Amino acid sequence: MSRSRRLRLPTRPFPRHLLFALVAAAGFYGLTSVLSDYDNYRLGEIALYAVALAGLSVLTGMNGQISLGHGALMAVGAYTTALLMTHTQLNFVVELLAAVAVTTAMGVVVGIPATRLKGPYLAGMTLILALGLPLLADKYSATFGGDQGLSTNSPTPPGSISAYEWLTWIEILGALITLLLLANLLRSRFGRSFRAVRDDEIAASLAGIHVARTKVIAFAVSAGCAGLAGAFLGVSTGVVSTGEFPLSLSIGILAGMVLGGAGSLMGVWWGAVALVYLPDWSTSISKSFSLGNGVSAYLATIIYGVVLIVVMLLAPSGIQGGLRRGASEIKAFIRRRRGDSVTDELQESEGPAMATVGSGGPEGGWSRGEGPATERTDP
Amino acid sequence: MKLFVDVTLNGVANGMIFAAMALALVFIYRATSIVNFAQGAMGMFTTFIAFSLLDRGIGYWEAFAAALGIGLVLGALVQRVLIRPLQGKPELNPVIVTIGLLVVLEGLAGSIWGNSAKGFPPAFSQTGLTVGHTKIAFSHFDLFILGAVLTLMIATLLLFRGTSLGLRMRASAFEPEVARLLGVRVGRILTLGWALAAVAGSLAGLLVAPTASFSPYYMDLSLVFGFTAAVIGGLDSPVGALVGGLITGLCVSYVGGYLGASLQPLGALALLMVTLTARPQGIFARPEARRV
Repeated sequence: MSRSRRLRLPTRPFPRHLLFALVAAAGFYGLTSVLSDYDNYRLGEIALYAVALAGLSVLTGMNGQISLGHGALMAVGAYTTALLMTHTQLNFVVELLAAVAVTTAMGVVVGIPATRLKGPYLAGMTLILALGLPLLADKYSATFGGDQGLSTNSPTPPGSISAYEWLTWIEILGALITLLLLANLLRSRFGRSFRAVRDDEIAASLAGIHVARTKVIAFAVSAGCAGLAGAFLGVSTGVVSTGEFPLSLSIGILAGMVLGGAGSLMGVWWGAVALVYLPDWSTSISKSFSLGNGVSAYLATIIYGVVLIVVMLLAPSGIQGGLRRGASEIKAFIRRRRGDSVTDELQESEGPAMATVGSGGPEGGWSRGEGPATERTDP
Repeated sequence: MKLFVDVTLNGVANGMIFAAMALALVFIYRATSIVNFAQGAMGMFTTFIAFSLLDRGIGYWEAFAAALGIGLVLGALVQRVLIRPLQGKPELNPVIVTIGLLVVLEGLAGSIWGNSAKGFPPAFSQTGLTVGHTKIAFSHFDLFILGAVLTLMIATLLLFRGTSLGLRMRASAFEPEVARLLGVRVGRILTLGWALAAVAGSLAGLLVAPTASFSPYYMDLSLVFGFTAAVIGGLDSPVGALVGGLITGLCVSYVGGYLGASLQPLGALALLMVTLTARPQGIFARPEARRV
């Protein structure tokens, strides 16, 4: 059975990605029906952070632009949805799409000056955005609800499904569609331009790529993802206020992206799980070491920072990069020993089934030339 | 009119602090082409140490000097342990490491000292001076800020222009390979650059602390404004840092005085965008040829 399976997998990108997405959707569907309401809520959070991380991962890992302002862009999406919910009676999906549209437009506005900026300048500019934009909502509190914020309502589920489960399904569906679209985008002309611009702007422009336009498109796509994630976050917490979008959210998203592996669309799930469960873990760590309340309030923050430093120093391609390298090493080892037939079982045990969906390029992100890409298997 | 004068004076005082922050960023950028986003947090951390020392009854100026000294060591340590291994790696990696350091230092300060409600005492009185019969928004403490930052600037210029150490620093920044061939210990010079930058950052931390609400995050905005100042000044010129600091200070102060304090960061963002669109390399930097 395992011998013929490789042959049946579609080799063209779109059907292949679609197949992986459908398998993942079926898996998540099974998972939501088993989990409790609370765990479903957490699963939904994982899905929404995966969307935000995927946006940043594409921007940083594939296009070489950094953003410390994705928390602020999430706020734009969340406030757009909340304002629409307060003032109009639109369909939920329309409200989500409006959030994506407004945030994408915002991404273009930020992206245009960003095309003139190199790495550290862009980081600084987006840092100001992360600090400054939420203050705007405080300033115009009549519109944006000030400290209390604006309340949002979850979509009404059909039939006897619980509201949590329904929202989780929508969030997971949103995440899978986003990842599917991004995976295809990265395999297209745009994705190749993204990477060409990342690797060498001058060479890319000599090859006929419009560098500035490519960077703006990457920023807009990334911002759109952040907007969708923000809209989901606003709906799942039930209220949108400025306190939900501090600088630490932007930095947390950066940390999650770096942890999962920049440029890897599969890695975003590791990052998202870490973002959702880190506060819990750090609370229980500080309890078990009896570190006291003062420390436990800040432990999650410290861990974000340590993750950023340690991953950059020791494993710049993140968890997914490490897995991919490990898997290809094991594969090569086994191939040398016993021939080709064992590799299929290995690939299944390597981790979740979508492991190679987004890996359009040879390694994600910065770690060029660190081992072969696993998806290029022999026919 | 009174408001305008007060806002302007306030802008000058703030501008000097931003200039000190900008100078710290410029030191590091010249030496290693990295923007140190942890600069503000490092200044915050040393200022909290000074705060602890003051709490134990140590004199104000001793604590002040201790903070600057600890800043020197911290800067050198950070360069040796965290930044040096990343040399030659893509330029985003050190940026991300300094952001990680920013978060770690803020978290550590929070868990050691909590959200300290006690304010940090100023070196001199913070009530406005009286000129003629009117009280202006410029205090003895603001005069001290002016003097301290100007001293720092002059010392920097003397170091770069008048000493052989400064010459070696300039050579290492300008052409590291050639400098190394001529016998300059470039690695040590880079560490020294980070150490001196951290002293400037610590000074900024000590100067901001009495005027801000003293929490682990109190340097976030100063970092942002210092960054704006440094970029406007061109990121590689001490004079540019001073002028950029004053421009940013005035701009931020006018936005705060006339439009509201919550718009200040966006004011700085607008200033940054306008400057960079008009002159991408900043006002004081040499235009640089792009290398293919």
